[in-house]
Amino acid sequence: MRAYTPKDDVQAKPYYTDRFYVSPQVPKEAVENDAVFAADLAAIKAKFEVSDAYIQVGQMVVYIHAKDNYGVLELLRDELEYTQLTEMSAIDWLAKENKFEIFYQMLSMNKRKRVRIKMFIENGQAVNSVNELFRSADWSEREMFDMFGIEANGHPFMKRILLPYDWQGHPLLKTYPLEGDEFAAWYEVDKIYGKEARDIIGPELRDPAKVDRYDSDRFARLGHEVPKGTVITGHEPKIEQSYQEEGGVFMIKKFDKKSSVVIDDPQR
Amino acid sequence: MAQITNRLTPFFENITFDRDDNELILNFGPQHPSAHGQLRLMLHLQQEQIVKAHPDIGYLHRGMEKMAENMIYNEFMPTTDRMDYIASSSNNYGFALAVEKLIGLEVPRRAKVIRMMLLEINRIMSHLFWLATTALDIGAMTVFLFAFREREYLMDIIEGYCGARLTHSAIRIGGVPLDIQDSFLVQLKTFLDKLPQNIKDYEDLLDTNRIWLMRMEEVGHISKELSLSWGCSGPMLRASGTAWDIRKEEPYELYDEVEFKVPFSDKGDNFARYRIYMEEMRESAKILYQTMDMYGACVKNNQTELMAHAPKYISASKLDIMTQNYSLMQHFVLVTQGMRPPVGEVYVATESPKGELGFYINSQGGPYPYRLKLRAPSFWHTGILTDLLPGHYIPDVVSIIGTTNIVFGEVDR
Repeated sequence: MRAYTPKDDVQAKPYYTDRFYVSPQVPKEAVENDAVFAADLAAIKAKFEVSDAYIQVGQMVVYIHAKDNYGVLELLRDELEYTQLTEMSAIDWLAKENKFEIFYQMLSMNKRKRVRIKMFIENGQAVNSVNELFRSADWSEREMFDMFGIEANGHPFMKRILLPYDWQGHPLLKTYPLEGDEFAAWYEVDKIYGKEARDIIGPELRDPAKVDRYDSDRFARLGHEVPKGTVITGHEPKIEQSYQEEGGVFMIKKFDKKSSVVIDDPQR
Repeated sequence: MAQITNRLTPFFENITFDRDDNELILNFGPQHPSAHGQLRLMLHLQQEQIVKAHPDIGYLHRGMEKMAENMIYNEFMPTTDRMDYIASSSNNYGFALAVEKLIGLEVPRRAKVIRMMLLEINRIMSHLFWLATTALDIGAMTVFLFAFREREYLMDIIEGYCGARLTHSAIRIGGVPLDIQDSFLVQLKTFLDKLPQNIKDYEDLLDTNRIWLMRMEEVGHISKELSLSWGCSGPMLRASGTAWDIRKEEPYELYDEVEFKVPFSDKGDNFARYRIYMEEMRESAKILYQTMDMYGACVKNNQTELMAHAPKYISASKLDIMTQNYSLMQHFVLVTQGMRPPVGEVYVATESPKGELGFYINSQGGPYPYRLKLRAPSFWHTGILTDLLPGHYIPDVVSIIGTTNIVFGEVDR
């Protein structure tokens, strides 16, 4: 029986971790330590439910309910002077708790503060688009859809942005394979030329950097070329290189490399 | 008549004439020489005027965020070079700073000074490149040649430092790998002394040039609201009336110790952006003069350390690795397994030549980042074309793309 490998997280894993290794934590501070953040948090808490809030590396992190994202961002923009949505995206926690975490990175230029609004959604759940509040969300939400498959309700053009429209899968999911399988090797050949051309074209080389060092006819044997399939002994005669075409070259009447003179000394 | 496509006949999507109105759909790119990379713009035209613009990106997508999730932290550094490849040290720096903030490292002062020098040299390089290519798009060949000549001097200085001209990888997590070479300061000073005259030459060629003014003034106007809403940063934001420079407002490295001004304008058009690029080059030169003095002070005070001392995360110096067993063991673990930053997350924004370059890292205590989001300024500066281009004419597209200063290495990542 084959060994079972979990398919919900197929990303690279550390090959060794000490049994007794305990990861340290990036310190979290209480929001009360910063007067500006404390006031902002109080304003958010007055209207919306906040499940957790702290300061980490100088920025406030606020966990809200997924249904409140539009309202919270509107409050931040209109009343708390957070005028820019600099970044937003998602984190895949499907393997652990079947959830996505979404973060909105906000910037207030007047207060010189940055706040990260975070929320969890279930797998398959859509978020409310904040495109009408911040135009930057137009492309961010499309990128999030492209990379994670999370749709934004009310977005005017919910399509892939970086990958082609016919792409299968969402690459930043942890379930997305890191390299193709035997089906992937035929995918483009089938799509472009049809299955019947498989014999002529052969499977796609998925790793173009891969060099089979025993396959010696793939190497460029400059000056010692042999027809494909020849058994290579290593004693092939040197072939004089001549790139002159069969019927002669346009404008050049008679050129013979052997009878022409090569001038080595340009100062002659 | 709409074309029926199958897998053997190519789909000519360049121009379709299948509408009842006069609207023409024109594909601008992805191989257009003035698109500054792989930008495809689908433009809906009424005569020569654009009524709708749809930027299409992704032709240079390499999945850097995915790559980062499957690499140890130090391995990712050369990949960041390939984001904004016009000023690659600024990407190296943004990533290094984010990891340092995550770990809580303090970088030695001498390394900070060298990093600032590299960053500002990169800024001037990037702005020169911007000026050259934009002027070339408008048709000013002389400016292109002049600006590339000056950029070449800077590339030579950088090459002398790290051996590469474009993809520097000159900054490490925790400091810089090398001290600057002997000729660095002399060459830099020679260049900086010449730079004001060079900038004046460009301005003499452009500032009162009738063609330049017609293509730049009152073209591509971005209002303050639009620039904020689209998440613009850098010169795009400052040209639209917001004086916001992260070096000034949220100082990192030693930017709080140097004197420089933040040029900004409330005009919001192409010409305002052009002026800001020119002024920023002057300010960068000012910063570079000051960092040269700071470097001299470091030498005088015998501050020789270039890498932070944190054995859990950063390899020891070469001398220690070669002479001390424990340093060698640490180095071996850090190279083969990689450093394991604490559990937590960080978003760090730096002012790259293009704007706010941000790195969001979510670490779960493993040697690979659990999630890494690259916030590249050009991404939104491309997106804004959707709202910016309608109403303009086809020739304006070229000058607007020019002044947005987008680089597709970082748009597509």
